[in-house]
Amino acid sequence: MDRIRFFFAPAIAALLFFSGAGGRAFALDFPPKGVELNGFLQGNYSLDTARRNPDGGSFKLAEERVQLKLDADKDPFRVFLKGDFFHDWIDSRKFDSELREGYAEYTSGKWDARLGRQIITWGVGDLIFINDVFPKDYAAFFSGRPLEYLKKGVDGVKFGIYPGFASFEVVAIPFFTPNVYPSPQKFWMFDPMPQIAGRPKEEPATSLRNTEAALRAYREVAGFDTSVYFYRGFFRQPSAIPDNPLAPSRLDLIFPRLSVYGASAQGRAFFDGVLSLEAGYYDSRDDESGTNPFIPNSQTRFLIGYQRQLGEDLTASVQYYAEYMHNYSRYVSTLPAGLPKARRLYELTSLRLTQLLRHQTLRLSWFMFYSPSEGDFMLNPEVKYSFTDNIWAALGANVFGGGHEYTQFGQFGRDDNTYVQMRYEF
Amino acid sequence: MRRFFILTVMFLLLAGNAFAIDGRAIMEKSEAAFYYPGRDFKARMVMKLVSAGGQERLRELTMLRKNYGHPGGPQKYFIYFFRPADVKDMTFMVYKYPDRDSDRWLYVPAINMVRRIAAQDKRSSFVGSDFSYEDVSGRNVGDDNHVLLREEKLGGRDCYLVKSTPKKTDVEYGWKLSWIDKASFLPLKEEYHDRRGEIYKVFTADEIKTVKGFPTITKRTMKNIQSGHRTEVAFEKADYNIGVPDSLFSERFLKQPPKRWIE
Repeated sequence: MDRIRFFFAPAIAALLFFSGAGGRAFALDFPPKGVELNGFLQGNYSLDTARRNPDGGSFKLAEERVQLKLDADKDPFRVFLKGDFFHDWIDSRKFDSELREGYAEYTSGKWDARLGRQIITWGVGDLIFINDVFPKDYAAFFSGRPLEYLKKGVDGVKFGIYPGFASFEVVAIPFFTPNVYPSPQKFWMFDPMPQIAGRPKEEPATSLRNTEAALRAYREVAGFDTSVYFYRGFFRQPSAIPDNPLAPSRLDLIFPRLSVYGASAQGRAFFDGVLSLEAGYYDSRDDESGTNPFIPNSQTRFLIGYQRQLGEDLTASVQYYAEYMHNYSRYVSTLPAGLPKARRLYELTSLRLTQLLRHQTLRLSWFMFYSPSEGDFMLNPEVKYSFTDNIWAALGANVFGGGHEYTQFGQFGRDDNTYVQMRYEF
Repeated sequence: MRRFFILTVMFLLLAGNAFAIDGRAIMEKSEAAFYYPGRDFKARMVMKLVSAGGQERLRELTMLRKNYGHPGGPQKYFIYFFRPADVKDMTFMVYKYPDRDSDRWLYVPAINMVRRIAAQDKRSSFVGSDFSYEDVSGRNVGDDNHVLLREEKLGGRDCYLVKSTPKKTDVEYGWKLSWIDKASFLPLKEEYHDRRGEIYKVFTADEIKTVKGFPTITKRTMKNIQSGHRTEVAFEKADYNIGVPDSLFSERFLKQPPKRWIE
């Protein structure tokens, strides 16, 4: 709550400043010049189609939501607030709110700065992230929320610097935000130590030392959009550390230190398609030697993707992604008996087909993840139709299977769901 | 005497070749007048998509264009969407090249992401309208064979009637007839015929105004005769030579489109 107040304060101060500058007309002429108010009403429901949830419920999601977006602009300053107010029928069964984004921005000729909660998306992967080290909400992704809910804002400051020969984004994040994963009440998931209930979670404390730093430099090189990236911070997926490896009574959920060094390129290639390349070295700073089996080893991750238009309003894209674990033999030799063993090379492929019809008001899409190394998959077919310029609805399904009970998609084998999203935008 | 007659005929033939304008030259002048006037151009436009049943959808956008070189040369386009609500704040950028397919980028504000998008098919619909990408940014004159059929009046204006037949079969129409205004070289009407010869789409210039000395089609309609669907485009504002900076066509400004350029 404190951090929300911290970030709200400059935004609200700026807003008051703008509305003051808007002057007498504020009450009569709302919103005043330079201020825009938009948003949507949304219903979002996701029904189990394979089996009831572990807690006995039959919905992954059932909620109504209002989003309000306020955009106030007075050159060179800008304030943007995006807040959701929702009623959840499954978990809390009450009204709640969430600040999705809220920042103040200053723009100058050669640089700009954005302070507050903001969504940052880096890298060239399609639902595969290497250098996008920013928080994700996988619970939203697996239970049929609109795609934008996969991304969560970071609480920090971002500077853009544009000297001409290249462009730079410099991000500092003093407040740590972990990823959101599906809850064990709603998703059947693999748990290697189900008998241990005590699982205190400890997020990195807010301090100068723990402030996350991220840098992206980008420019065009030989017709390709190229970027190099650097990140120094923490894994956003917690590691479970047993208090006593032989007879554990408690699992401490911690977020190990991480640095990422990476690069990406995207451009036209092969029959006028779009080729995407990305790689990153994940330096697991709390387990450099690879001898702690409870903390991820360092990895090299890479991705190659290709997108092509096959016909009018029909687009196909494929991706191949791999994670190579360093110090694999040390990982194997220290892994306690009874825990599933990760492979040295994890591989994942994806296929996306999108067809637009009826003057692009009807969208049929098919997305599939398949892991050749694990043998598991996720399918996401979806139909979306815009009834009018303001009203659309989407009907889709998430289907999981293959692999083993401990693999990424295989563990969700009983979590298939069918979802509906309906939205009125204004 | 006979020799004199032959010389005269030859002279007349040569003169005819030297002074008459051919189909390709007309279409090159038309391309310059329609897609390349000014160093740069900005228009705020409303597109009305009307179905055969009368249902309307609106697309409101600002389009900025900058020329790099002579007519027929490279151009950059920057498009910002005001409406409908689900694409508000989206931006779209095109680098157009005369000798190869365009590069296109799309910015999705909800996740703050700029992506390149694959764009082989220049004939695909622009934002669901009856206009194709080529109709918006121009078709390479060299991609068609152009024949001047005749000169005739259309709506009281003297026009060239040109038949353009695509050299390749990668387009959805068989040929196009264009009525090119002799005075402005703007197309007043175009008829697209399918491969069987049936009329398929009709373009009409519904209003022409002169902006900073450039005759500009400020209202236009593309109607699909076979489906009954049509798209009407009206320029609410249009201006030329406003000094659009090169830096606008960048990831930075796709993500943060400057108000002064999009309004």
